[in-house]
Amino acid sequence: MTIDAARGTPRGTVAESPPGLVQLLTPAGERVEHPDYEIDLTAEEIKGLYRDLVIVRRLDTEALALTRQGELAVWPSLRGQEAAQIGSARALLPGDMAFPSYREHGVAWCRGVDPVKVLGSYRGINHAGWDPRKHNLHLPTIVIGSQALHATGYAMGIQRDGAEDAVIVYFGDGATSEGDLNEAFVWSAVQNAPIVFFCQNNQWAISEPSERQSRIPLHRRADGFGFPGVRVDGNDVLACLAVTRKALDGARSGQGPTLVEAFTYRMGAHTTTDDPNRYRLQAEVEAWQLKDPVDRVRAYLLKSRTADQEFLDEVDAEAKEVGADLRRRCLELPDPELDELWDNVYVAEHPLLADERARFTSYLRSFDEVSR
Amino acid sequence: MAQVEGSVTVSTEILSLSRAMNEGLRKAMEHDSKVVVMGEDVGRLGGVFRVTDGLQKDFGESRVIDTPLAESGIVGTAIGLALRGYRPVCEIQFDGFVFPAFNQITSQLAKMRLRSLGMLELPVVIRIPFGGGIGAAEHHSESPEAYFTHTGGLRVVACSNPSDAYTMIQQAISCPDPVILFEPKRRYWDKAPVDLDLSGAAPLGRAVVAREGEDVTLLAYGPMVKTCLEAAQADGSRSIEVVDIRSLSPLDEATVLSSVRKTGRCVVVHEAPVFSGYGAELAARVTERCFYDLEAPVLRVGGFSTPYPPSRLEDHYLPDLDRVLDAVDRTFAW
Repeated sequence: MTIDAARGTPRGTVAESPPGLVQLLTPAGERVEHPDYEIDLTAEEIKGLYRDLVIVRRLDTEALALTRQGELAVWPSLRGQEAAQIGSARALLPGDMAFPSYREHGVAWCRGVDPVKVLGSYRGINHAGWDPRKHNLHLPTIVIGSQALHATGYAMGIQRDGAEDAVIVYFGDGATSEGDLNEAFVWSAVQNAPIVFFCQNNQWAISEPSERQSRIPLHRRADGFGFPGVRVDGNDVLACLAVTRKALDGARSGQGPTLVEAFTYRMGAHTTTDDPNRYRLQAEVEAWQLKDPVDRVRAYLLKSRTADQEFLDEVDAEAKEVGADLRRRCLELPDPELDELWDNVYVAEHPLLADERARFTSYLRSFDEVSR
Repeated sequence: MAQVEGSVTVSTEILSLSRAMNEGLRKAMEHDSKVVVMGEDVGRLGGVFRVTDGLQKDFGESRVIDTPLAESGIVGTAIGLALRGYRPVCEIQFDGFVFPAFNQITSQLAKMRLRSLGMLELPVVIRIPFGGGIGAAEHHSESPEAYFTHTGGLRVVACSNPSDAYTMIQQAISCPDPVILFEPKRRYWDKAPVDLDLSGAAPLGRAVVAREGEDVTLLAYGPMVKTCLEAAQADGSRSIEVVDIRSLSPLDEATVLSSVRKTGRCVVVHEAPVFSGYGAELAARVTERCFYDLEAPVLRVGGFSTPYPPSRLEDHYLPDLDRVLDAVDRTFAW
């Protein structure tokens, strides 16, 4: 008996795109058609997507640099996953609710979150920086897969309100192994909840390849739970937008959940504390570099004459400015006040916490008295 | 690597706590082919703290298992492997990620010997890097030990130094009962001499006097042992004894009580919140057992009754040398 019957083929370099992959823009920047998914965007809309992609990449690069310089404690880079995040998040309507994991900086950008607020938790000054209700973007969730049940419950609330909003929940390939995520599949299916499960399959759960999580392509998990699953080229912003939009429309019109597997790649480390050279081949990274989500849109814009070099230069300049602004404001972020330790744990003052706060504050003052 | 120099004997090596744990695991795997290591990223990567570095290469994928990202699954399948005669060593990657496995640990693993009228045993080890002080993100700095010491059927131990890491992992693996082994993640890179010969090692359930003193006893485990030793060293006016609890459940009462009876004063130190923390048990037990030997109430130093804070506030949350000595001062001011 072999232990590794489920392991599939060994990994070396990446094969051609897997079968069934929905793609509307090839890595070379050619527009292609798909029988089930159409997209009709104006030039301005496509240029807008390109701007999003370039800016979130720049923000990510800046955050990585800030981490290397000790200004952030850790950073999970989204590099390589920009199209999956921008395409899906731009499919959302303002009333839709998004539940992120912890790498969805591009989704935060699309939901109008000030980028510097994304940095707070990585700088260690708070656990989350934005108002989830203002942006219809929930707090990041680090414990893998937990947010899928929150998203499902939120979607059940939408049903009970008789509203036409939908929910999207973001997670990775690793999360598909967690009990919470599978329970969310069960719940949303039997409740017919208006939810889109958006899996960014970036191929690696820290050091473990996706074959360690599943014997079948992840989107086919949906079959067993009784709702549709689709695999989209996660590096194709147009396809991600089209597929997510259709799934959200389905949710809104009472057709229940859809699982979208965005087939993409984590170009960088899991976080800045990880060293991917220990577990994956550089050749694999290089193969995915050829499928870059930003390059293909740029190639399309130029080839189709949707935009000229001047526009690309403008976007680059804007991205540079947004990055510099992020850096400047990151460095200006104030350290948290001591009282924030006890604030907001309960709605009102809790006697135990009040006692701790008073005693510790007085303890700290005793140092001043000594030094005076 | 063996050296013969001064007090360093032939069987002693200087190892980091992470490396000592790795060597201990390796020894256990060589000794018993039924020992299997399982967890997220423990194989090819060698664990995020490198505790299992090289083990998959040397022992193969059937004995060092990169598991799916599913903590309940890690412990649940470990139970099944143990039922089939294996000795699984599970790694939970960070303290805050143990909770998806909570049902399997507390309702299943802990109870099965009793439920089977003693016919079944589950020699499962669950290793959990715990505690703060590394500037980490949420859920990566917690001290959940009290949830487990509150659960009958589990043995709960914590190592504080490389030597104990090397010893305790092997003792935990050979223990017929389930063992939760808490590893002080901020001490993983601390180095110290490790005696590779286990014959003189303290048993798994034993507390040890890490530093002898006359005036006050500090009770600590895991990362706080070093903090207490530093505090004792820094205090020039009083003679401070430090007891490394090592085994939280069962507690080695004899060692703890004889120390407190000698000094008459006791301060308990841990990173976990003070309220309903493990220190509450120590304080109550010491008070009950040696009330007439005490010169002052047992004091506790620990975290606040809040979720673990963002890392820029953790230096306030975590007990440090000053807070330990402040409590020592207060026991003398009584």
